[in-house]
Amino acid sequence: MSGALVVRGARRGLLARAGATSESGPTKVLLIGVALVFLALFLALPLAVVFMEAFKGGLAVWRAAVSSDDARAAIRLTLLVAAISVPLNMLFGLAASWAIAKFSFKGKSLLITLIDLPFSVSPVVSGLIFVLLFGMQGWLGPWLRDHDVKIIFAVPGIILATVFITFPFVARELIPLMEAQGRDDEEAAVSLGASGWQTFWHVTLPNVRWGLLYGVLLCNARAMGEFGAVSVVSGHIRGETNTMPLHVEILYNEYDFVGAFAVASLLAGLALVTLVAKTALEWRFNLHAGGRH
Amino acid sequence: MITLENINKRFGAYPALHGADLEIRDGEFIALLGPSGSGKTTLLRIIAGLEQQDGGRVLFDGKDVSATRVADRGVGFVFQHYALFRHMTVAQNVAFGLSVRRRRARLSKAEIGAKVQELLGLVRLEGLGDRLPAQLSGGQRQRVALARALAIEPQLLLLDEPFGALDARVRKDLRRALRDLHRRMGLTSIFVTHDQEEALEMADRIVVMNNGQIEQIGTPEEVYTRPATPFVAGFVGETNLLPAGLFGAGGGDLHLRPHELEIGERGAPLAVANVFRKGAVWRIEGHLAGIDRVIEIDSDAALPPPEVGATVLVAPKVTRVFA
Repeated sequence: MSGALVVRGARRGLLARAGATSESGPTKVLLIGVALVFLALFLALPLAVVFMEAFKGGLAVWRAAVSSDDARAAIRLTLLVAAISVPLNMLFGLAASWAIAKFSFKGKSLLITLIDLPFSVSPVVSGLIFVLLFGMQGWLGPWLRDHDVKIIFAVPGIILATVFITFPFVARELIPLMEAQGRDDEEAAVSLGASGWQTFWHVTLPNVRWGLLYGVLLCNARAMGEFGAVSVVSGHIRGETNTMPLHVEILYNEYDFVGAFAVASLLAGLALVTLVAKTALEWRFNLHAGGRH
Repeated sequence: MITLENINKRFGAYPALHGADLEIRDGEFIALLGPSGSGKTTLLRIIAGLEQQDGGRVLFDGKDVSATRVADRGVGFVFQHYALFRHMTVAQNVAFGLSVRRRRARLSKAEIGAKVQELLGLVRLEGLGDRLPAQLSGGQRQRVALARALAIEPQLLLLDEPFGALDARVRKDLRRALRDLHRRMGLTSIFVTHDQEEALEMADRIVVMNNGQIEQIGTPEEVYTRPATPFVAGFVGETNLLPAGLFGAGGGDLHLRPHELEIGERGAPLAVANVFRKGAVWRIEGHLAGIDRVIEIDSDAALPPPEVGATVLVAPKVTRVFA
């Protein structure tokens, strides 16, 4: 006790200016300054460049670029892929995290590792896996060809690759949340006579709704933005198997910079919307999480 | 009547319960008392059906319910951390058990509403039905949890450390409220606690547990005045463990409450280390030669206490030796 008092006395000069836990003035300014410069250089500037380049030729040019037939097809395909893969992964993620967080079974840690696999594998490799599985030279290729099913270089392949890539988002968001909430609420519901389905619907799902929405949002952003894996399986057929990121690359490689940046500005816009929604959700989420006990 | 026969439970290699036998009569208020890890909560959860025993039987009125699901056992369970549904209002929480019933067995909306009001009145939370759990104090949340458990008209009420997360004042009020409620409703109830005072104050009978085994079952009076094992003597009430040879009383150990030792003309010399008033008595703490535990003695507050640093003679008023 007296030791602590001595230390406090010796540092009084410093503590008089700043609180006991904050840095001194110059250090504070320096640290915040570095962070701001970094942010401006690596995040704000590129974003600004995208929008500046996109609107360089004026609004009419931008509108023409994003409403060309190929661009429209790419937007449609991107929306279709997201519309299928996001709900699927919402279901998979919910099921996986519900199983992992609320039950104990053998092979649980293996399942958690498997869920993380798409994060740890390079997207290009993920795409190649599907080519090896379903491509002409792949394991299932001949059988698929005989039955006239096209997966690689077609929309099903793009959807499969996207589902694989975006699989962990919802589960990763929900597992820690559900684990932190424990099983008490579910046990309470069951002891009050609720069935498994009623427990899930009335107790578990409402408890994780904000986390689920957050996961879905991230999943959607990635589903629309995924490049590597989709690039491998798509075949880059214009108007047919080009998603927005692939379309941007093609336009850029053809020196159509205004067109490339115009489509890119749509993706960047999506990112901004996602960020705002994410922040709003986090705010709600913390409000809620803080309200426990 | 609830009967437990030779209940065994392991968690992996860790034996949580071995060979627990217990019989609980209708309307009894039972405390499962023990330190953490003694298996008391596991036993409670097995009775509820939230945990499945590895061996043994659980009988409700002579009927084996070991294979009966929690939902069908008709038990009300109150969780240590309340487990209130945080997105539902207090009224919705209390109504939950009634509104998840099968349509045919379900009461009408108006009937459920009336029942909820009645229950909120019972736990003295009238007018708080529209609040969310986050807007309530700890004691109020515990009352909601109690009302919710009572809503399904259970034949058995189980409470896991019901006062564990509350501060002392609220705890005392709630203890009284629960005891009154039990008296009025006569509902067979079992609660888990590690607080011996709580068990002594509230229970009709106490089940003292240690290391997955039941050490003693008895009324608070029996458990306190005639502990069956050294563990019970040490865990329920304060106890000084002294070698009997110290007082020329033969072999073995003496287990003596602070008030069962007296300071006088005879006995072993005690070096007084601390003296303070503990309610109506002086609590004297000191050391006996050759014993490294602190010895606690209660002595009449009407007499002047010994001074700190003095040496006094201490002798037992009674003898209690465990083989």
